[in-house]
Amino acid sequence: MISALLALFLLALISGLILGFAAIRFKVKGDPLVDKIDAILPQTQCGQCTFPGCRPYAEAIAKGEADINQCPPGGETTIIALADLLGKDAKPLNPDNGEEKPKRVAIIDEDICIGCTLCIQACPVDAILGAAKLMHTVIEAECTGCDLCVPPCPVECIDMVELPTTTETWKWDFPQPLPENVTQLHKAAHTDQANQQSTNPSITKDNEKSA
Amino acid sequence: MTRRLFDFHGGVNLTQYKKFSTSKPVMPARLPKKLILPLQQNIGEPAEPLVSIGDKVHKGQIIAKPSGSVSVPVHATSSGTVIDIGLHSVAQASGIKAPCIIIETDGLDQERRKGRRFIDYKDLSPVELRKKLLYAGIVGMGGAGFPSFIKLDPKEKEVATLILNGAECEPYITCDDMLMREQAVEIIEGLIIMRYMLNAKQCIVGIENKKKTALASIKQAVANAGVDYIEVVEVPTVYPAGGEKQLIQVLTGKEVPSQGLPLDIGIVCQNVGTAYAVCRAIEHGEPLISRYVTVAGSVAKTRNLEVRIGTPISDIIEECGGNRRTLSRVIIGGPMMGFAIHDDQAPVIKTTNCILVNSVVSDVPLPSRDKLAMPCIRCGACAQACPVDLLPQQLYWYARSKEFDKIQDYNLFDCIECGCCDYVCPSHIPLVHYYRYAKSEIWMQEREKQLSDLSRQRHEFRLARLERDKQERAARHKKKRAKVEKDTGTDDKKAAIEAAMARVRDKQKHSQGAPKNINNLTAEQQREIDEVEARRAKRNELSKKIKTPNSDDSKTQ
Repeated sequence: MISALLALFLLALISGLILGFAAIRFKVKGDPLVDKIDAILPQTQCGQCTFPGCRPYAEAIAKGEADINQCPPGGETTIIALADLLGKDAKPLNPDNGEEKPKRVAIIDEDICIGCTLCIQACPVDAILGAAKLMHTVIEAECTGCDLCVPPCPVECIDMVELPTTTETWKWDFPQPLPENVTQLHKAAHTDQANQQSTNPSITKDNEKSA
Repeated sequence: MTRRLFDFHGGVNLTQYKKFSTSKPVMPARLPKKLILPLQQNIGEPAEPLVSIGDKVHKGQIIAKPSGSVSVPVHATSSGTVIDIGLHSVAQASGIKAPCIIIETDGLDQERRKGRRFIDYKDLSPVELRKKLLYAGIVGMGGAGFPSFIKLDPKEKEVATLILNGAECEPYITCDDMLMREQAVEIIEGLIIMRYMLNAKQCIVGIENKKKTALASIKQAVANAGVDYIEVVEVPTVYPAGGEKQLIQVLTGKEVPSQGLPLDIGIVCQNVGTAYAVCRAIEHGEPLISRYVTVAGSVAKTRNLEVRIGTPISDIIEECGGNRRTLSRVIIGGPMMGFAIHDDQAPVIKTTNCILVNSVVSDVPLPSRDKLAMPCIRCGACAQACPVDLLPQQLYWYARSKEFDKIQDYNLFDCIECGCCDYVCPSHIPLVHYYRYAKSEIWMQEREKQLSDLSRQRHEFRLARLERDKQERAARHKKKRAKVEKDTGTDDKKAAIEAAMARVRDKQKHSQGAPKNINNLTAEQQREIDEVEARRAKRNELSKKIKTPNSDDSKTQ
C-alpha cells in the first residue's frame, strides 16, 4: 500500500520535474502565431481594421480579440488564408471596416504641394520623399495605398489613383460562376416542367443541392 | 531497327482538319503598309528601343536591344520609317495594349548587306554561336517563345538526346508540317548545328505518323546529310503528342520531373521551326523576321503563309479572303490551346503559329467553349484524359473555392493547359480557364507578398527609427537638464536667482489694486471722467423711465 503510494508519488515527481524543465528549456520566445498571422496580412498599415497597424491586428487576432474579417485591403484572399491558418470558417468582409478596393497608389500634385511634410509624417512605410518647404513626391513602388497621407494634406494635393493594368499585372478573370448558370437552367427547366409536367422532380432537387 | 515507343497517360483523339491548309504551297504574305513590332514577343524582359520616331530603318536592323538576361533584340522586318513608338494592341488574351515600335514600310524591302557569306558553324565555338542566336532574335517557335540561346546552353550538364519536335498535334495547325515538307534540308542543318552546340550524343526527330509527306522529306534530308546520329521516328497521332514533355515521354520513356526542365534528365527538345531559324541565322546571318503561319477557319483560301513578324492579323485575314465584317472571333493558336484576341489589328509575333478565323456564319467546332457549364458530376473523365497525370477535378474544386495552397499541392503548375480535360468534360466546365485563373492569381499573390514583405520591413524600420529618435531626444533633454542643474549648483548663481525672484515678488505686490491707467490722473482728466460718468448715469436713469410702461412722465419727457 505504502510502496504503491510512494511509487506513484515518485512517478508524479519525476514527470513534474521533466515537464518543468521542458517548459523552461524549450520555451518559445514571442508568439509564433502572431508572426504567421502577420505574414498573411497585406502590410498596408492602413488601420482600417481599427488597430494601429498590421502587427497589432495580428496580435489581437491571436488573442481572440479581433475577428478575421476586418482587413479590407487583404480582402477575400486574406480572410481565406486566415481562416485556413486558424481553423475557422471564412466569412465575408465586415462592411464596418470598409470595402475591398483595387490597389491604389498616392500621387502628389506637385504644382499644388507646399512642402508641409505632414504627409511624410503620416506615411507608415516612408514612401514619401521630400523636405520642409520643398516639393514632395511618392515612391510609387513602395506605396501601399493606405490613404493615410490624404487627410493630413492641408492643400488636398494627394490623389489616390488606380494603377493601370499592364500585361504583367493582368489576371485571368474568375470563370463565370457556376450557380448562376445553373439557376438560369433551372428557370428554363421549371418552365418546361410547368408546360410539360413530366420532369422527374428528384433530378431537379439534386441539381439544386449541388448548386 | 525500329525504336521502342512509349505512351503517355491520357490524351484525346481529335479530328485533324489539316488537309486544306496543306494542299497549297507556302507563299510569302504581302508586304503590309504598317509593321507593328511589340517590344516583348517572348518570355522574359521586354527589349529597349534603339530608334526614335522618324528614323529610317532597313530590313533586319536591330531596332530594340535586349534588356535583361532573358531577352532578345527586336529587328525591323522590312525597310521603312518609324512612325510611332507606343502602346498598340497585341496578340494576347488580356487585350491590353503593349509597347510596340510601328514602322511604315516603303515597299523597297531594302537590306544592308555587308558582303554576307556562308558561314560554317564548325568555325565558331558554341559560345559564339549562342551570341549569334541572341542577336538574331531566335526564340522557341513552338509555343512560349523561350530565347533559344539560353535553351541551347547545356550549362555543364550532359545532353544525351536532342529531340526535334515535328509532332504538331493541334487541329488546323500545319505550319510545322509545311515547313518540314518545304525546308527539310535546312531544318536538318539547324538540327546538326544545335547538336554541335549542346554536344548531344544522339538526335531524334519525332513526327506524327499522319504527316506522310513531311516524314518522307525529312527522312530524305537526313539520308542526304550523311550523319549517323539522327533518327527519324514516327509517333502516334494523339493529342497532345506535340507537347514537349509528352513527346519526350513517347520517344524515351523518361518523364520530366515536376516543375523541372528536360535538361534535368539530359534531354533538350526543340521545335522544327526553331531549327530552321537557327540554320538561317548561323549559316546565312539572317535574323528571325518571318515565320510560317497557318490561316484556317472561315477564310476563302485556307493555307500557310510566310508572314513577316509585325504584320497586322487583319491584313493576313484579308489576303486569305476572309471577310472582316462577319468576323466573330479570331483565335491565335489552335482550338485547344489558342486564345481569342480582342483586336484584329494586333500583329503576328514570333510565336504565332496559326490564325483561326471564325465568322458569324460558320463557327469552327471548338471543344466545350461557349457551352453552358453544368455542375460537375464527378465522372472522372478529366483525370483519364490528363496527359500529365494530374487530378483536374480536384484542381477545379480548389480553383473554384480559391484555395490556392491546396491547388499547388495538387501540382497546378505542372498543368500544360492542353485542354484535354475541357474537351472530355461532359458538363462543359471551362476547366483550363479555372487553372489559368488560379495560376495568374497565385502569381499575383506572390508579387503582392513581395510587396508586403517590403512594406513590413519599411514599416518596422520606421517604427524603430521613431523609437530611436524619441530615445535620442529624451537623452538630449536629460543631458541638458543635468547640465542646467549642474550650472545652477554654485552659490553665486543661486543668490542671483534668489534676488531676481525677490524682485519679481516685490513688483507683483506693488502693482496690486486699481488698474494702472487710472492712477495718477491730472485734474483735467479726472474732470472729464466725472462728466462722462454723470452723463452715463443720467442716460441710465432716462432709459429706466422709458422702459417703465405705466409712467406718464416718460411720454412727456
